[in-house]
Amino acid sequence: MSLLEFCKWIQFSPPLVAMRSSSWLFPVIATIHLMGLTVIGGAVLVVDLRLLGFGLRRQPVAQLARDAEQWLLRGLLVSLATGVLLFMCFATKYYYLAFFWVKMTSLLLVLVFTFSIRRRVTMVDETRMSPVWSKLVALVSLSLWTTVAIGGRWIGFP
Amino acid sequence: MFLIVLTVHVLTLTLFVGTAVMIDLRLLGVTMPRVPVSEVLARLLPWTGAGFLVMISSGALLFYAAPLLRYQNLFFRLKMVTLVVVGVNAWVFHNTVYRNVAEWDLDPVPPRRARVAGGLSLVLWAVMITAGRMIPYQVYWFDCNRQPRASIVNLLAGCSNEAQPQTVE
Repeated sequence: MSLLEFCKWIQFSPPLVAMRSSSWLFPVIATIHLMGLTVIGGAVLVVDLRLLGFGLRRQPVAQLARDAEQWLLRGLLVSLATGVLLFMCFATKYYYLAFFWVKMTSLLLVLVFTFSIRRRVTMVDETRMSPVWSKLVALVSLSLWTTVAIGGRWIGFP
Repeated sequence: MFLIVLTVHVLTLTLFVGTAVMIDLRLLGVTMPRVPVSEVLARLLPWTGAGFLVMISSGALLFYAAPLLRYQNLFFRLKMVTLVVVGVNAWVFHNTVYRNVAEWDLDPVPPRRARVAGGLSLVLWAVMITAGRMIPYQVYWFDCNRQPRASIVNLLAGCSNEAQPQTVE
C-alpha cells in the first residue's frame, strides 16, 4: 500500500468522517494544537535564551534544561497527539502540500537534534563547554523550530 | 503581505505567551522550583514585553486589513476583552501579593494568592488563543450579514440596522 493510499484509508475511515462532519471539532483540535505549541515555545525559549546568554543568565544551564524539558515533553505530547488527528482528517490533502512536508522534515530534524546534541550540550558541566558551541546549538534549535512553525502556518498555500 | 504579518503574529505568540506561560508555571510552583520568583519575573518579563510590542503592532495591522469585519467579530471582541483582563490580573498581582515577594521568593511553591494569579493567567491565555484562532470562523456561525440572527448575537457583535457597506474579502 502506498503512502497516498494509506492516507486515503485513514481519511475516509468512520471516526475521521465523523470528525469532519462536525463544524467545530476540527477548529477545537487546531486550537489545542496551538496551545501545545505555546508551551513548547516557552520551554524551548527559556533554555535557548540561556544558552545565548540572555534570560535567566544566573541559573546553571543543566538544572534549567531539566526543569524545562518536563514541560517541553508535555507540550510535545499535546501537539503531537492533536497534530496526528489534524493530519488524519485531511491526510490526502496534506500529502500534496509542499509546506506540510517542510514542516514534518524540520520537525523530525529538530526532535532528533533536541534529544541528542542539544541535550548533551545542556547537561554537560558548563565550565567544560565552550560558549561558541552553546550559542550554535541554541541558534540551530531556534532556526529549526521557526521552520516548523512557518511551515505549519503556510501549509495551506502552494 | 497579510500572510507575512499573520505569520509574524503567530510566531511571536510563541515568544509572548510562551515566556508568560513559563512565568505563570513558576507562580504555580510547577517548574524551576529552585529559581527565585523575582528572578524569573525580572529576567523573562522583558522578553514578554518585547513580544507584546510585536503582537500589538502585527495585530493592529491585521485589524487594519479588514476593520469592520474584525470590529463586528464576536471572537475578536472576546480576545480584546481577555487581553484587558490579563492586564488587570497582572496589575492586581503586582500591587498586592507581589509587594511582599521577599518573604516567599525562594519558596518552591508560592502562596495561594500568587498561585491563583498564575492559574487565572493561564486560563486567560487559553481563552485568548482560542478566541484568536476562531476569528475566521465567525463567518460560518455569527455573521452580521446573515440575518435573521438571535438578538443577543446582534447586540454582542454590534450589528447595525443600517445598510452594510460593501466589504471586500
